[in-house]
Amino acid sequence: MSALTRAPAATLVLAVLALPALLPIAATLLAWSSPETGIWAHQLQYVLPRVALNTLLLVFWVGLGSLLLGVGLGWLVAFHEFPGRRVLSWALLLPLAVPGYVLAVVAAGTLDYAGPVQSWFRSAGGPDLRWLQVRSLGGAAVILTLTLYPYVYMLARVAFDNASRTMLEVAMTLGEDQRGHFRRVMLPMARPALAAGLALVCMETLADFGVVAAFNVDTLTTAIYRTWYGLFSLQAALQLAGLLVLGVLAAAWLERRSRGRETYAVTRPERERMPRRRLKGFSAVAAVVVASVVLALAFLLPVWQLSAWAWQHTADLDSRYLDFALRSLGVAGSGALLVVAAALLHGYALAGAGHAWARGLGRLATLGYALPGAVLAVGVFAPLNTLGGLLQGTLVVMFIAYLARFLAVAAGPVEGGLARIHGGLDEAAATLGAGVAARLRRVHLPLLRSSLLVAAILVFVDLMKELPITLMTRPFGFETLAVRIFEMAAEGEWTRAALPAVMIVLVGLLPVYLLSRRLDHVA
Amino acid sequence: MNPARALARVALLLTLVAAPALSADPLVVYSARNEQLIKPLFDRYTRETGIEVRFTTADAAVLIERIAAEGNNSPADILMTVDAGELWRATERGLLRPLKSSVLTSNIPAHLRDPEGRWFGLSMRARTLAYDPRKVDGASLSTYEALAEPRWKGKLCLRTSKKVYNQSLVAMLIAQHGEARTEQIVRGWVANLAAPVFANDTQLLEAIAAGQCQVGVVNTYYLGRILKDRPEFPVKLHWANQGSGGAHVNVSGAGVVATSRQAAAAERFLEWLSAGEAQRFFAAVNAEYPANAQVGVDPLVAGWGQFESSQINLGEAGKLQPQAVRLMDRAGYR
Amino acid sequence: MWLEVKAATRRFEGRAALDGLHFGLAEGEIGCLLGPSGCGKTTTLRCIAGLETLDQGHILCRGELLSGPGVHRPAHQRGIGLVFQDHALFPHLNALGNVEFGLSQLPATERRRRATDLLERVGLADRLDAFPGQLSGGQQQRVALARALAPGPSLLLMDEPFANLDVALRERLVGELGELLRRSGTTALVVTHEQQDAFTLADRIGLIQEGRLAQWGTPYDLYHRPTSRFAAEFVGRASFIPACCDGSGVLQSELGPLREDPHSTHCSGPVDVLLRPDDVVHDDDSPLKARIVERSFRGAEFLYTLELASGRRVLSVVPSHHDHRVGEAIGIRLDTDHVITFPTTG
Repeated sequence: MSALTRAPAATLVLAVLALPALLPIAATLLAWSSPETGIWAHQLQYVLPRVALNTLLLVFWVGLGSLLLGVGLGWLVAFHEFPGRRVLSWALLLPLAVPGYVLAVVAAGTLDYAGPVQSWFRSAGGPDLRWLQVRSLGGAAVILTLTLYPYVYMLARVAFDNASRTMLEVAMTLGEDQRGHFRRVMLPMARPALAAGLALVCMETLADFGVVAAFNVDTLTTAIYRTWYGLFSLQAALQLAGLLVLGVLAAAWLERRSRGRETYAVTRPERERMPRRRLKGFSAVAAVVVASVVLALAFLLPVWQLSAWAWQHTADLDSRYLDFALRSLGVAGSGALLVVAAALLHGYALAGAGHAWARGLGRLATLGYALPGAVLAVGVFAPLNTLGGLLQGTLVVMFIAYLARFLAVAAGPVEGGLARIHGGLDEAAATLGAGVAARLRRVHLPLLRSSLLVAAILVFVDLMKELPITLMTRPFGFETLAVRIFEMAAEGEWTRAALPAVMIVLVGLLPVYLLSRRLDHVA
Repeated sequence: MNPARALARVALLLTLVAAPALSADPLVVYSARNEQLIKPLFDRYTRETGIEVRFTTADAAVLIERIAAEGNNSPADILMTVDAGELWRATERGLLRPLKSSVLTSNIPAHLRDPEGRWFGLSMRARTLAYDPRKVDGASLSTYEALAEPRWKGKLCLRTSKKVYNQSLVAMLIAQHGEARTEQIVRGWVANLAAPVFANDTQLLEAIAAGQCQVGVVNTYYLGRILKDRPEFPVKLHWANQGSGGAHVNVSGAGVVATSRQAAAAERFLEWLSAGEAQRFFAAVNAEYPANAQVGVDPLVAGWGQFESSQINLGEAGKLQPQAVRLMDRAGYR
Repeated sequence: MWLEVKAATRRFEGRAALDGLHFGLAEGEIGCLLGPSGCGKTTTLRCIAGLETLDQGHILCRGELLSGPGVHRPAHQRGIGLVFQDHALFPHLNALGNVEFGLSQLPATERRRRATDLLERVGLADRLDAFPGQLSGGQQQRVALARALAPGPSLLLMDEPFANLDVALRERLVGELGELLRRSGTTALVVTHEQQDAFTLADRIGLIQEGRLAQWGTPYDLYHRPTSRFAAEFVGRASFIPACCDGSGVLQSELGPLREDPHSTHCSGPVDVLLRPDDVVHDDDSPLKARIVERSFRGAEFLYTLELASGRRVLSVVPSHHDHRVGEAIGIRLDTDHVITFPTTG
């Protein structure tokens, strides 16, 4: 894509956009300037090995699970015809609307020893299912996979839906059938998209606190919180977070390197899509069953359980809930606009930036996603407060922290959309007399519309669920649905938390549905 | 335009507009205690005195960082927490102002407040043994320490060590027995666990009722909450360490922020909270015990009987908390 | 016959894209399909490759039935190579990787050797590591060719292989391609709309009009002995002048007497005579005069559009050192042995 921006301007833009993310990252790295050696001796001996192992295992399993589920379901839905395919193709995105910590609590409450499932088993004289320990690393991995696979699924579907029919035909003339083509052509070509989805999943897993706390799994993030809250040392906690950041940086660098010089040439949109194979008999049934089971576990059953709990507490539903809902919507909506606009600027600036380090700066801007929410909030909050009482009572700090955290989510789809704009289109428009602003308005924005919408919806849904940053940086009396859940859950009133949880899911349903419709139109 | 977008824009404008600059009048509370437990009380204060009380809730550590970062510009007048350790931490960082209020010192017992008047407990939270009377004879229960004995193997349930209540408990044990002995005790507990530690006391109580284990350690008000909805819930309480130091208690309390511009008004608010109806309400709304010994308790709570509570000053809970956390790491108590 | 297409019919939404197509290629022959856009050339290739099914008819290769009633061998089992119009190189593989793609049954060393060898033969020995995005159009075309040839297909199909290349490059590549194919003895069928390429490359040319085969023959036959008016007009440039058969094989036209081509059907009555531009030559001494109405400089020659006394126009190719202006009258005469006639269209 021909750059609309000149290099120095681009670098400046990138620096500004990277600032919100750089603040907390710098805080974590700077914390090392005075290492808390007392605490670290203890951490290294008793905490770090176990915690690091758990974290690696968790990220590995969740990454693998999300990849298998996301790619597998995406392949099923994109290339096969079976009853209910159309509904399932968008329904499989619904788990995006359910916060991970909610799913974890539902799972624990339902499947634990004292929960209804095991109790029923025992009363029916069945075997003692004590060994079914849902509150474990495995359980956390399953829950996280179920909530996060939609990222991979979504990107896989976009890649598969746009798959070039010509490539399939070329592969066939070279002796590969459809399966071989999928393995040797389509998957490798989808690699950038899948890698982006996997990166999101892994960063979410690293930053997750709700699920692992609910299941009492010790990860780097819980260790960070424990060091901060329990050992009374924010400094040491930030130092731990610095380790996390370094780990993420290393992984990102590795991924870039392995990508090598492969240039994924933009293919022009094809007239004809790939054909869908009609499934019959057993395979059709199997397809429907597999997809439905995933949907049930990740969405239907939890929402049903939440609704049942919420039903017990409908007395809680007073006029304030309308306020909470409106605030959640307002924050999520304006936050989405802000983040997507920033991501668009970011994308253009990246394209126009000259030096590699400027581009590195741009990449850094998207790393905020890997930081646990509260750590990021502190990292942003502390320096900004030196500006005095200016920002109190406003939402500015909150939105800056949102930007730091969620730029990554929007950057992916936006960059993908920008990549699809041929340089030739830009140049043709220029020769027809359109200046920069006109080209933006009349050529780029219409072409980017789908990507921008996808990005906006993703950020919107994430913001609806967001808790730690909102909690720390919000003005007085500013309660959202997620804050409400925290209020209930913090004192152990899980069933009362079901009402706001259900509302979050309901509000998130419409955007997720819109998202899937938009995906169908991505050309 | 997309209606959601329009809604978002309107909401944003409203919230920006509705957040006015702070006037000298309202009191600002940073509270780790949840909204539903404090708002009714604050509203009552406003009705009685006309002073508005603004508050925000979050974890105490987060609130402390916020006050520290805000420095002189902090709007906070009062810091309210659900644990003594957090109050101790705030004093360590110089965030709380020492008060010389005779009302507060006479209302709140000495072991439930800071000797230098920087924080005051407002309600007492007892953490004691809960058991299934169908499986365990109450007479066989005695102390927290005894739960480490081999006869409780496979019968004990505990909440996670990540929650501050257990950290305080272990800190108080260190204050009483010293580190070496406490580590032994905690190791004994871990060896006796019937199931992985629970994320919250409610789950723990449910586990005892369901038979996954027979005895556990909980804050009494969790049982109180369950009993309010389900009076027939089978689990019973046993007051630990009666005659050997008393049951472990903690406080939910508050202090005046050092940088507060309304220290006098804040102090008066705390005094109001430390007496009479406010005390009764503060405790009753969550089945806790009022810190003020002269105030009566909620009937449900009264039903658990009188008990001897530990008299060690709760500042120790904060002072020894990091040690306690490290000890629990070493002992494998997750 | 190495390749046989018999009465092939394929319909899309009621319209017949292919209608009873019938032709064949012997082993080692290179055939070209010519025709206007949308006439069905590409569909023909796709049916032979197995990417489309036939509604009627048969396709056989080396005597094996590939497509027929109730029979359709899938594309990946036909062993027929296809070079696509836009090359369609796999972007995630470099040149070597692309060429090796179809060789997965071979052991790695053999695969590498074969691929390197082919890339050398197409002149890309130094670009093995390059990715498609780093190659020029001509280089991509050659990689695509090497890739299709690597598995040693029994038949090579090419769809407008030179479409996006400049003239000089194209001429060179056409020559190279011909040489490469003949040396390896590969039977090939090339679709193109560039007549010059077809003439250079092909042993046989098939002219397709609206899904039907208008004529199948050697390039010479197509140029000098078109069997239809369409063929005459499509292949090379054509002018028609009316003439009258006198039954004895001599035609009388306004440009003088003409002999009828023995291969042409005997005519009677009024006909239209096909004249190629090279049939009408400049002759200052000729009594026949024609006025230059248009002229087009071709380097070595001029293509003049001449207006005869009757008002009819003919094309003439004249060496360019005879530089005449539009409006001038020049002397012309016919320089041809035999001519092709067609029934008058009215």
